[in-house]
Amino acid sequence: MTGTGGALFAAVFLACAVEAVEAVTIVLAAGTARDWKSAGYGVGAGLAVLAAITAVLGPAVTAIPLGALRLVVGGLLLIFGLQWLRKAVLRASGHKDLHDEDAIFARELAAAKSAQAQTRFSVPDWYAFTLSFKGVLLEGLEVVFIVLTFGANAHDVPLAALAAVVAVVLVVAVGIAIKAPLARVPENTMKFVVGVMLTSFGMFWGAEGADAHWPGDDAALLVIVPCVAVYALGWVSVLRRSAPRTAEPSPASELMGA
Amino acid sequence: MNTVGKRLKDFGAFWYDFVVGDDWRVAVVVLLALLATFGLSKTSVAAWWLMPAAVAVILPVSLWSARKR
Repeated sequence: MTGTGGALFAAVFLACAVEAVEAVTIVLAAGTARDWKSAGYGVGAGLAVLAAITAVLGPAVTAIPLGALRLVVGGLLLIFGLQWLRKAVLRASGHKDLHDEDAIFARELAAAKSAQAQTRFSVPDWYAFTLSFKGVLLEGLEVVFIVLTFGANAHDVPLAALAAVVAVVLVVAVGIAIKAPLARVPENTMKFVVGVMLTSFGMFWGAEGADAHWPGDDAALLVIVPCVAVYALGWVSVLRRSAPRTAEPSPASELMGA
Repeated sequence: MNTVGKRLKDFGAFWYDFVVGDDWRVAVVVLLALLATFGLSKTSVAAWWLMPAAVAVILPVSLWSARKR
């Protein structure tokens, strides 16, 4: 695997793992509070819709000329990346609450328990079905987008797909094994890393799609990624000084290596 | 609003949220930076630095407006 291939694998793996953790939390809440069978149907239906979307979008994305693809996808990745990075910096500096899978699980569980049971289309519990379906579809859409765009841009869809499959299988296996929200996954740190990767690749591909040429070509990524990371960490440090006392800053060990 | 209209509105809101997210200014700056890079690439001046410069400006602007006071 080349350096760029390794970066591609790492970026897709981390992004997909984060999305999978969120989807697993929602499905666990639906299954635990309501009905595992209906939640399972929801997962199956969500995966079927995702497969259909991938079957339509996959060939379409790979058929777009590389220049246009890099321009559009680079721009989108950069917008996504900056949004992820913004949230990660705000969380790490204490300006936004940390993403807490335990709290999300408890909230989903409470909402699921209070909803009334209803049977529709042979599904025993429609609420559990729709909760799982939406969770898998919405989080899965991001996985599909990341795999297709990263893979097509790097001319290596199989590697991007492999990274996504490994991430999702790993997270789902752990979720099934412990049947509890994956609260110990360092999700906030992973989101920070994914934000850095999406921003870096988005900048690189977007500029190339707009006909700019990076000094050193692909090797420029080896400079861009650490520069973006250091710049974002710098803003974490600056914003921490003005963090409100009531907000709980991210543990230093999670982001700053302290 | 009828059901079709509401569904279309919900569909548009979903994609707006999916693509643009919390801060529309980020999307606008990225779009402008791509256009400027394309324009500059047609001249003899190097254009690669425009995207990093745009990121260096919009990230703190977006962070500053979203911080808790």
